[in-house]
Amino acid sequence: MRRWVSPQRLERYGMLGMNARNLAFIQRYNERSRYPLVDDKLRTKLLAEDYGVPTPALRLVLRAQHQVRRAGSRLAALEGFAMKPAKGSGGKGIWVILRRDGEEWLKASGGRVGLADLQRHLSNTLAGLYSLGGNPDAVLVEDLISADDCFSGYSFEGVPDIRVVVFQGYPVMAMVRLSTHDSDGKANLHQGAVGVGLALDSGRCLRAVQFGQPLTLHPDTGRPLNAIKVPGWRELLVLAARCHEMTGLGYLGVDLVLDRQQGPMLLELNARPGLAIQIANGCGLLPRLRRVEALADRRRPGPAERVAWAMEAFADGR
Amino acid sequence: MNPRATFFTTVALLAASGVLIAVLRFLETGTPFLPGQERSVWQVEARVDLVALGEAVTVSLSVPEELPQFTVTQEQAASPGYGFSIVENGGERRAEWTRREAAGPQSLYYSAQFLPRPRAPAAPPPELPRPESVFWSEVQGTAAAELLARAQETSSDPLSLARELVKLIAAPQGDQNAALLLGQAESRAALLNKLLNDAGVPARQVLALQLEDARRRQDLLPMVEVFAAGEWALIDPQTGTAGVPEDLLLWHRKGRSLIDVSGARQSRVTFSMLRQSVPAETLARAAAGGSAFYKVGLHSLPIEEQGMFRMLLLLPLGAMVVVFMRVIVGVRTAGTFMPILIALAFLQTSLLPGLASFISVVALGLLMRGYLSRLNLLLVARIATLIVLVIFIISALSIVGYQLGYSTGMVITFFPMIIIAWTIERMSILWEEEGVREVLVQGTGSLVVAVAAFALMRWPLVQHLTFNFPELNLVLLAAILAMGQYTGYKLSELRRFHAIEDEWR
Repeated sequence: MRRWVSPQRLERYGMLGMNARNLAFIQRYNERSRYPLVDDKLRTKLLAEDYGVPTPALRLVLRAQHQVRRAGSRLAALEGFAMKPAKGSGGKGIWVILRRDGEEWLKASGGRVGLADLQRHLSNTLAGLYSLGGNPDAVLVEDLISADDCFSGYSFEGVPDIRVVVFQGYPVMAMVRLSTHDSDGKANLHQGAVGVGLALDSGRCLRAVQFGQPLTLHPDTGRPLNAIKVPGWRELLVLAARCHEMTGLGYLGVDLVLDRQQGPMLLELNARPGLAIQIANGCGLLPRLRRVEALADRRRPGPAERVAWAMEAFADGR
Repeated sequence: MNPRATFFTTVALLAASGVLIAVLRFLETGTPFLPGQERSVWQVEARVDLVALGEAVTVSLSVPEELPQFTVTQEQAASPGYGFSIVENGGERRAEWTRREAAGPQSLYYSAQFLPRPRAPAAPPPELPRPESVFWSEVQGTAAAELLARAQETSSDPLSLARELVKLIAAPQGDQNAALLLGQAESRAALLNKLLNDAGVPARQVLALQLEDARRRQDLLPMVEVFAAGEWALIDPQTGTAGVPEDLLLWHRKGRSLIDVSGARQSRVTFSMLRQSVPAETLARAAAGGSAFYKVGLHSLPIEEQGMFRMLLLLPLGAMVVVFMRVIVGVRTAGTFMPILIALAFLQTSLLPGLASFISVVALGLLMRGYLSRLNLLLVARIATLIVLVIFIISALSIVGYQLGYSTGMVITFFPMIIIAWTIERMSILWEEEGVREVLVQGTGSLVVAVAAFALMRWPLVQHLTFNFPELNLVLLAAILAMGQYTGYKLSELRRFHAIEDEWR
């Protein structure tokens, strides 16, 4: 098969390149002063609380090195939890602990860690190992999410998350990211997670890719990927669309999870959403972004109305 | 006018003005656009540092007289507050600075241009020089006599005598007499001078400057001149070879001392030099008073700074290469502008030794970092540890390299250590998080960009243009600005997005 595409063809497919994304969308629609709202997960969380957007429950926040020593006993009281650097990017530095096992903890990726490992990780994170530019950071400890049944058998060692690109408040494209053995439980496509493009009108699987190649079965569990259909799709999109008002960012990636009990919850926001979603959907973002740009609706429609428009406008998947 | 048009007009204006100024400079000063159509001139600067005691200060520095290999032009002194003159006395030339009252650290500069010329036969000295009388202690006298006797046995004339003496001195473990004398002498040159005069051969000690491009803070080398066959001949006291090499400038030949100072202490003379490519025409014109372009040009700066600017003016080109590789090609690098620093280091080391030492330092650093990650250190302490380790690695490599006979050891030190330490840290984390593949991708990317920048920066034409026509950097700036507005696909995206084709077929 061919390994290269000509730029003319990419243009015809409406693919959004990194330069165009940075210059024509991120720089134009995202105000610099708003970035800290999404780059700091703690601020995102507090903001989400103000706007009544559900997020996983926060159990513990560590801000200084001296708190690390006493963190062990407080963590021991929790059943399972996720530790996240507040300013981390690309899923770096996130540890998911399933349960306690004697003196040790069991990680979702299968490893066991002792108290010393845990404390070292906390201390590294606080010192800024995972933050941009090595700035001092904070650690969030959150409740675990139990994935909705619609995803059972579709994920390996991790909870699937749903990425929605929201442009000027309109959801324009969506995908589910399924972690795999190759991706080591992480949901990043370039690390080997499976990206499943979702039809914007129904939440149904359009196509799935791993390492840029289309596939039909989950590589670890063997379940057919085209059977995926996200329940409560409209509510989920409305939740994503509301993040536009919440942050004031025009070009936004919203990462959601579907909890068995609590339904869709906001995991994190991204002011520079990746371009891989286009490959998972098999179509370019550019025509959709242009359609939203061409809208001249001065009424400032609410989230529900915008979602209704997007579900209809982008229904055919192209 | 829409903002985009304004932007591109500005870019075009920048580029056009850069080219225009360059053309004007060419017409005005005659500096050629291509290197090689010009004569190289050595611009040498002597800097006298001293601490004045708060009274009248007189500084007298010996400066070169008429030399067989060089024409001396454009002598200048830069020393605010001082009176300056060149005094000639019996063929000896000295630069003299005077000031009624001065206190604290002072820096005085003397600079001159030396234009190489075909060797002219030296005029015979007006009177034949005589050997100086020599004083030895009793033990020294015996040792010197034995040494001289041995050297005279195997020589026939003053030059061969000098050569034989150098051989004897150079192997002190073989000759006890030489070892004894050398231990008590100031330098080899001083001992050779004394021995020759003792043997009745007129000789004198001279101070010479090794000419090397863009060297700073150099000292003079002591050498010996022997009077033979009607003229003075230079002897290198290290090798015994006679004659003046082309890249040696005899700074101080006759007279009492290199520098005399009154009213100050801690005086020290250092030299900087730079090889310049200037058309003979420019030399003449600048000597006559100079055009505005010459005055605004970088050539009017002190040489120490010119050497730095020569490097500095290559940076915009490196920056442009980085922008091109990242924006248009889409190469991933570790650290945005680290490749430029690597490329600058390569300029000092030359490519292959530079690559080898960079890769080995980073690889060794990664190995050590692997152990550090088990030590449970705070981040800042860990990086500080890495910096220390990197310095150890570099020292070790230098020593090993030197013992194996490579001089690359010296040049490794030009690598920006702290940046290397950070690179190792980031790469190590990258390794843990994303695997070896990503480390190799980004490491290779950095090196590819560095080598591309290096190849451009080493090109003589580029070096010539950036230094002699600094305004051409405006053109580079325009190019960088224009690329900053590029919204097309990166070359790497043509591959990254290839999977999209199946969907649309």
